[in-house]
Amino acid sequence: MDTLLPIQDRGGPAQPLLLATGLRKHFPVAGGLLGRTTKVVRAVDDLTLSVAKGETLGVVGESGCGKSTVARLLIRLIKPDKGTMVLDGDPVDEPHGITVNELRRQVQMVFQDSYASLNPRLTIAETLAFAPRAHGLPAAEARERVRDLLAKVGLDPVNYADRYPHELSGGQRQRVNIARALALRPRLIILDEAVSALDKSVEAQVLNMLVDLKKELDLTYVFISHDLNVVQYLSDRVLVMYLGKIVELGPVEAIYGDPQHPYTKALLSARPSMDPRKRTREAPIQGDPPNPINPPSGCRFRTRCPFAEDVCARAEPPLADTGTQAVACHMRVAGSGHSKAVAA
Amino acid sequence: MAVQSPSLDIGGAVLVKPTPSSASRGYWQSVGRRLRRDPVTLICAGLLVLIVLASIAAPWLGLADPYKTSMIRRLYPLGSPNHWLGTDELGRDMFARLIYGGRLSLFMGVTPVVCALLIGGLLGITAGFVGGKVNMAIMRVMDVFYAFPSVLLAISLSGAMGAGTENTLLSLTLVFIPPICRVSESVTTQVRGFDFVDAAKASGASALTIVRVHVLGNVLGPILVYATSLISVAIILAAGLSFLGLGVKPPEPEWGLMLNTLRQAIYVNPVLAALPGVMIFITSICFNLMSDGLRAAMDVKA
Repeated sequence: MDTLLPIQDRGGPAQPLLLATGLRKHFPVAGGLLGRTTKVVRAVDDLTLSVAKGETLGVVGESGCGKSTVARLLIRLIKPDKGTMVLDGDPVDEPHGITVNELRRQVQMVFQDSYASLNPRLTIAETLAFAPRAHGLPAAEARERVRDLLAKVGLDPVNYADRYPHELSGGQRQRVNIARALALRPRLIILDEAVSALDKSVEAQVLNMLVDLKKELDLTYVFISHDLNVVQYLSDRVLVMYLGKIVELGPVEAIYGDPQHPYTKALLSARPSMDPRKRTREAPIQGDPPNPINPPSGCRFRTRCPFAEDVCARAEPPLADTGTQAVACHMRVAGSGHSKAVAA
Repeated sequence: MAVQSPSLDIGGAVLVKPTPSSASRGYWQSVGRRLRRDPVTLICAGLLVLIVLASIAAPWLGLADPYKTSMIRRLYPLGSPNHWLGTDELGRDMFARLIYGGRLSLFMGVTPVVCALLIGGLLGITAGFVGGKVNMAIMRVMDVFYAFPSVLLAISLSGAMGAGTENTLLSLTLVFIPPICRVSESVTTQVRGFDFVDAAKASGASALTIVRVHVLGNVLGPILVYATSLISVAIILAAGLSFLGLGVKPPEPEWGLMLNTLRQAIYVNPVLAALPGVMIFITSICFNLMSDGLRAAMDVKA
């Protein structure tokens, strides 16, 4: 089946593999009489990002900041309220573009919960063969591909193909999940907390495997995690999210070496140090993120920001380019009215 | 690299070599193994098989004619010569009538449940998988049926359509659609929330393929177990309708109808009058215990 060959690059290396513009997803909260929508959770608000070919884009942020919603939006498991997506030059789900199904052929996802993401009634081989079969690959070729996939993720096909998920360990199950994401030979894989639930030793193995697979299969990753160290290890660029918004975006060295946004700084200083003499004694930021049902006006971080001023409540800071990275903070915008704003 | 050299690979194939005895077992195989160790369920299933086989094979068992009346042999007690379970109020052989009665009673117990399983299951799985407004529409209609007690609903439907086997079947089917639909909807909604369904959606497979491969296998078990427990209710309801004169018409042998017609004999020969009730009791308790056993055997992860 020619439909299941790897998809050739078309736009050249300069064209972003995936470009999402102004993505927005608000979840209605049913309430009031007859379940009328009275409130919305603003899970993702006007998010614009691009993923370059062959890179790993790390996405970090606290729980509930909308990371997983972004993952599901990018693969269209949930439909955005607003915003457009362009995959290697082709608009997605638009009259002259590609369909959502064609998008999913090229973009796949690995879920966090290795157990819930495998059907307990199917053997590993059946799970892996499902997508290729659904795309019309003949049974014999699908069997061949399953063997191939299992070998790629370091599981012996003879031993594992006919097992059920409950007979595997967490690490083995996550390898199967990765193999499933590879089954359609996609170009972009979204890893939504894909290694977060694993033991540290297994996590390291799976991470190394991901690095190898990326090289071998010419993949692009969007790596979503709350683990800053893992993101630093794997990513080329990092996107920091807070309450459904991008607060900082830039190359991994810039974000980790010279964080500009107060939230990124706080996040990074919250990392436990390897050196006991440098242990953090006070929490860098206090409290929980505000409720996304009623996010603060202006800058969403201002309620926990040590530098918040009047302007932060009035106006939403734009994502301003500082040369190395993009930061959404009034202190980085010349003439914003913030007392610590950079000079023009 | 850990991945490329299997000797370092803790999560891989090296340390977990499956021995032949731990070879992969399918879900249904493990359910079967569990059932074989459950004597209560096995006995109930055996009794049911016996009752069903006897009912089906009734004409070839050399029984007395269940329709042949005799004015002089009425209400013989149990243990009478030639009629070891006695005779009913018209002198018909009780044993023959009980066996023949099983045909109609079981038929009236199983058929509505099977029909309701097909319709209610289809509606429930659709509602659960599609969700949203479709779910709302289907489930609210079912709620309307729920507003009436099932016995009352069956009686009023049968009453409105008139007595007779077909109408009883129809009204019982209608009575059982809502509960089966509700159970199907709730298990399907639960399964739909699992990541593997999302992963299947993300693979670009059609909704029908996803339901067939990923949903059905995970919801059929609980739905079937529930439906089995409804068979006993159906038998009792059918018997009740016949007892009230809304179901099977005389002189057909049917357990509920026999209870009705033997009512007067309760002062003369109470044991005889209770026999059809005993049959209903044994059959429905067997179905109930078997459904419990099935539930227990199937209530395992994978």
